[in-house]
This record gives sequence, structure tokens and C-alpha cells, in this order.
Amino acid sequence: MNAVVTRAGFLTSVQDLGRTGFRQFGVSTSGALDSFALRVANLLVGNDEGAAGLEITLGGLQLRFEDERIVAWCGGEFDVQIGSRALPAGHVAHLQAGDELKFGRAQIGCRCWLAISGGIDVPVVLGSRSTDLRANFGGLEGRALRDGDVICLRWPSHPPSLSYATSRPGYRNFLVDRTTRLGKPGKPPPEFAFHPWRRLEPLQRCQRFNDSRVTNSAVSPDSDRMGVRLDGPELKREDETDLISEAVAPGTIQVPPSGKPILLLGDCQTIGGVPKNSSRDHGRSWHCSAASCR
Amino acid sequence: MRVREQFEDAPEETLDEVLRVFQLLQRADIPGVIELAPAYTSVAVFFDPIAVLKSNGAANGVFDELATRIRSAIIPASRRHRRRTAARGPRLIEIPVCYDAEFGFDLDRVAEHTKLSEREIVDLHSTREYRVACIGFVPGFTFLAGLPKNLATPRRDMPRKEIPAGSVGIGGAQTGIYPLRSPGGWNLIGRTPLKLFDPTKDPPTLLCPGDRVRFRAITREAASPSR
Repeated sequence: MNAVVTRAGFLTSVQDLGRTGFRQFGVSTSGALDSFALRVANLLVGNDEGAAGLEITLGGLQLRFEDERIVAWCGGEFDVQIGSRALPAGHVAHLQAGDELKFGRAQIGCRCWLAISGGIDVPVVLGSRSTDLRANFGGLEGRALRDGDVICLRWPSHPPSLSYATSRPGYRNFLVDRTTRLGKPGKPPPEFAFHPWRRLEPLQRCQRFNDSRVTNSAVSPDSDRMGVRLDGPELKREDETDLISEAVAPGTIQVPPSGKPILLLGDCQTIGGVPKNSSRDHGRSWHCSAASCR
Repeated sequence: MRVREQFEDAPEETLDEVLRVFQLLQRADIPGVIELAPAYTSVAVFFDPIAVLKSNGAANGVFDELATRIRSAIIPASRRHRRRTAARGPRLIEIPVCYDAEFGFDLDRVAEHTKLSEREIVDLHSTREYRVACIGFVPGFTFLAGLPKNLATPRRDMPRKEIPAGSVGIGGAQTGIYPLRSPGGWNLIGRTPLKLFDPTKDPPTLLCPGDRVRFRAITREAASPSR
């Protein structure tokens, strides 16, 4: 059965845990930028962690369901309503046919991930259902959702019941407060510094900068699914050797000539020749994927 | 995994060495390794630390374990293997390109910089044999090594917001083909009607790292029907 997109919002796309195995052909990972949030949401509704869900950027999504489903979402702070009921992050709701799920504006962070029991049924392209928004394939016709789209949902392996979803081991293991939050209001923004994993240096050669850490940076509005652009103290390179392009991945911090670092995210290119500061491990980049500019 | 320090010194040799390491690692199928990404002088190994730990019972650290396995996979630079890959040799693929000014928006820019006529640029570009050094930037974008030195032209100061799929360009000392409509800063000198990236195919790209490539100049008429 289907869900009808009555409003697509700012940028909503179908994503799963991403595409691996095609990096040698230049194919990006794509996938939910905060894979942890999507996995938790999936487990909450009784799906496998890797089922395809929706990544919602800055809110505005409205979905009408044509059959009963269990839904849950995780990520930044959004006002989410089912009719007049509020659905907080990390909670499950049982929707009836005809119910409408509404995402309001983001309060903290800018993205959240919605899982629907059964998962979204789009063709698997190169091993994944994720939308590659740069190369326009995967997901729903290789593009972001539009108003009026109809998304097919897979048949859940179990009839939708809250007791089934909550009896699954994943449900209890992941507490709500472990889902992505980018700090609470009033708290200073997290430091975008991560000590280089020294062992990895031979793999990811990092160039030397006047400061090895990225601090006090605001997220610039031209950030996207390729990377978080950071506006803060400029980093200056200390060595001037020529660089040859090599692999980059989500979590790599590139420092273009402007000195403003870019933390690469899921849609990033596979090869880059831009100087790099230390790499973050991928597990931590999800903290930043939720960061929004304010 | 860095294979060589430099690329320009011995491009052919470096590329062969990178591909050899890449193939050996592919064949070794090391537990926990998710995927490999060859580039000019390096092969990046992506791995799942938990899967590596599970595979060795956490006897050594994840990195030590992986490093040992990688080393044992590539160090016995088995002569037998080297001979085998050499015997098979890389594929030679011909790419038809229309160098008409309609597609080669920057031919005049390249001509001005290189002090060559447009005719000479096309002749030079289409008589050389190139090799796919790596694929990246967007899916299927081929970085080709072997551009004649006198054709090297610096990238445009202002990258174009949109470049048509199939555009052939020169960026610094490299040449390459834009497989998809995308932004880009290289000087465009022509366009190919071939489809370089198709996610429904396996492999999804027409060219693979290591392939030999030759460009063949075609007319506008030959280039248009399939577009």
C-alpha cells in the first residue's frame, strides 16, 4: 500500500544505510546522513535496521497513509503531529488508514529520519534504495520527493501492532536520548574537533595546519548533503607540497584555499585533491549531519 | 594504503602498481573490509572495525590485525601474478568525441593559453592514448592520465554551474569526461554521445581504472542522433 505526499517539504528523500562497494566507480555512499537515527527509528517500528525510510530536511513534510502502519522518527527536534496528537522523537505511533503525519519546522538541528513499518518500496539500485541526489538515481526516480508523489510501502513481515514493535530487542536497547541531538538549547555547540586517529594517518594523509582542530565554527547556510561548511577561524596550511587526489569519505574534513573547513557527509565525492585536516570517524560525523545554521 | 609517493614521475608504472595492489586486495577478500578505492598513488581500504574484531577474536587491535592482513596480501609481490596481469593487459576503449565549437565551449580559451590552433588541439588530443587513472568526483567521472604537456590549461576561475553530460574537458595537466550533468571547472573541448555511467549496469561505468582510452574525432551529425 501507499503513502501520499501531500506536502514534500524543503528537502525530503528516500534513504537507507547507503551504498557500498561501488566507490571504485565514483559512486558516493549516500544514505541517511545520521545512520544511527534511521537504524533506531527502523528498530522502533519493527523493521530491519537497514530498511529504507525518509530523510527530512528542515521539516514541512506531510504524509497521508492509505493503510495502517507503525511509524517512528529520530533526529533533530521537530514538531511532529498526527492529526492533533504530538509524536515526539523516538516514540512509536500506530497510524490508521487516512491518518496524516505532519512535520513542522526544525527547532534544533535540521534533519530527522522517519521509519515506516515495512519500509519504503523503491527499486534497489547498486545495492541500495538510497537516493543519490547528485547523480540522480536510486530512491524515488533519483530525486527528492515532490508534492503529490505516491510512495509505495513494503508489506511488513508482521501485522502492524505496537506490541510487536516494542517487543523487539532493538526497541529497549535504544533509548530516546541516545538519538541524535546536537546539544540542548543554551549549551555551547559541540566542538568540531576530533583527534586524528593516528593509526590512520598512513591511509588518510593529512596536511599540516596552524591549528589541528576546528573550533568555534558556525554551520554555513550553503551546507548540503555533500558536506557541512563551517564558518569560523580560518585554517592556514603550513606545508605547501602539491597534493594528488585520493580517496575521501564521509567524515573527512577538507580545507579548501578559503581556509573554511568542510566536513564531508554522505553525498560527498569519492576522490578529492583538497588539503585535509584530521578525519573524523564516520560514527561521529552524524553529530554534525544534524547541525543546522542559525 | 599508499603505493607510491609521486604520480608524475612514472605514471604508467605507478598506475600498474596501484591496480596490482587493488586487485590483490580485492582477491584477498579480507574479513571486515567493506570496499576499496584506488586513486593516483593510493588504494583506500574501507573497513568495519567490529567485523574485523569479530573475525580475529580481538587478539590484536583492529588496525594491527588489518595491517597484517593487508601486508600479507600484497607483499608477496608474486611474480606469477604480475606476469598474469601483464599478459592480459588493459582494455583499449575508443571514445568518439565531437570537437565542434558547439560542444567545446572553451576551445578558444585552450587555444589562447597553449598558443595552438583549435585544429592542432583536436589533433593532439585525439591522437594520444590515455589511461584511466581513477574514477571519482561524480559517479563515472574519469581522470585520464597522458595529456600532452603542451595542452595543459589551468581550470576556469569560475566553475560552470552546469556542464552537459558527455563533455570532455581539460583541467590542468589532466583530461577527463563528465558522465553526468554536473557543475565543473574544467575547460570543455568537446562532447561524446556515449553514456559513461549507467546505474542499472554492472559495472555501472563504461570505463574502469587502468583502461586505455583513445578519442576519435567525429562530426556533429554523428554525435547528435543518440542524444
